[in-house]
Amino acid sequence: MFRRTEPTDCTILWNGAPIAARAGEPLAATLLAAGITAFRTTPVSGAERGPLCMMGACFDCLVELEGRSNVQACMVPVRDGLRVRSQQGARAVHAEDAST
Amino acid sequence: MMDRFDLAVLGGGMVGSAIAYGCAARGARVALLDEGDTAFRASRANFGLVWGQSKGDGMPAYAGWTQQSIALWSAFAERASSLAGRDVQYRPQGGLNFCLDQEELETRRDFVRRRHNQGWSSLRFLDRRELAELMPGCPLGPEVLGASFDPADGSVDPLTTYRAMHAGVRAHGGTHLPGAPVTGVERTGAGFVISRADGSVVHAEKVVVAAGIATTKIAAMVGLDVPVRPVRGQNIVTERLAPMLPLPASALRQTSDGTVQIGVTNEDDGRLEIPTTTAALAKMAHRAIRVLPPLANANFVRTWAGLRPMTPDAYPAYAESETHPGAFVAVCHSGVTLAAVHAGPLAEGILSGRLPEFAAALHPRRFHVQTH
Repeated sequence: MFRRTEPTDCTILWNGAPIAARAGEPLAATLLAAGITAFRTTPVSGAERGPLCMMGACFDCLVELEGRSNVQACMVPVRDGLRVRSQQGARAVHAEDAST
Repeated sequence: MMDRFDLAVLGGGMVGSAIAYGCAARGARVALLDEGDTAFRASRANFGLVWGQSKGDGMPAYAGWTQQSIALWSAFAERASSLAGRDVQYRPQGGLNFCLDQEELETRRDFVRRRHNQGWSSLRFLDRRELAELMPGCPLGPEVLGASFDPADGSVDPLTTYRAMHAGVRAHGGTHLPGAPVTGVERTGAGFVISRADGSVVHAEKVVVAAGIATTKIAAMVGLDVPVRPVRGQNIVTERLAPMLPLPASALRQTSDGTVQIGVTNEDDGRLEIPTTTAALAKMAHRAIRVLPPLANANFVRTWAGLRPMTPDAYPAYAESETHPGAFVAVCHSGVTLAAVHAGPLAEGILSGRLPEFAAALHPRRFHVQTH
């Protein structure tokens, strides 16, 4: 669906699998360029969702980033080695997160 | 248009639409006049509780009316779900009011005792240990000392319920007339003629004023003196979260979709405006976090406010006008809890001309008694 116009220069992990990326680009762009369109499942129906607006407004591109859930993938600049997982359903929050 | 209706309900919010639905379902030709979505509806800012434990302290008629409504709610919710085309998510699994320090605990224990003495026997006080047994796994904060608990209380999706009332009006041949406030109500031979700001007029045999915070002005047109003032309430709703609070509480509930709704303020400054304020939102969030510490890490997605119609004693008011027989008024700030009686016994009483006992006892004449 999407074609890269610039070369890749680093690698991130998506659900444990390596994906070629370009440092500084939005994480959502990296995933879309790799052909990934389902970033998460909704808490209500379980349906798959992916980015709509690519500008921080729609909250449809939520992922789990380095263990933090409900992070907007379109707002995160990529760097080498980022560990990203799809966001499955509702976010669980814990009191201990407060210190991080 | 010289259409003549059996009944015109002035006000298309939760109260007016429930009455209109109840009357239409009983065969009346109903017009539901509605200022529109620009109105300051309490219906869009309420908390979605079907709630008795805090209602009618010192006013047995209100307590009885509330209990009657809660008893009708399960059957009402089934009809509402079928009208709305989706589940209204009525969950009568019990409701809580948390105590966060010794003083709150003493006050609440006294309150539970007083309600018992007034015949509200389902209300109990639960200490910390009993709360943990009731909600295993709920991450209650260390400051939570206990809560009052009423197993008959519960929650519902208020917007779907509201949608159901409007669908019910339409399904029973009623006419929804949104888009213009009422400017005048006058008696004609055997009924009323209602004028609206867009120049249209509606003829009806009976009228019900259910206009929320505009009730005082419109009720005066049919000889009823009903003091109502706007009391602002602010709301926070979080992103959808994994289940953490199985039972709804006063000012804190998690919806079945996972969002956590946090209330609430009672701002009585008379202003017809609905701003939210950082100070109030921070205070609300702070208390919610003391109850459920994990909320400190939740993102909120929306804050908003609405205006509740409040009578001088905060209890509802119902009456038929003495100077304008056939004209009624219904006003309250618990349109969700009381929706089942509004669409049921109250609608029936309006059509028969004889208000149900509890509603009749909540006559607004109580506001005009000389006290000294």
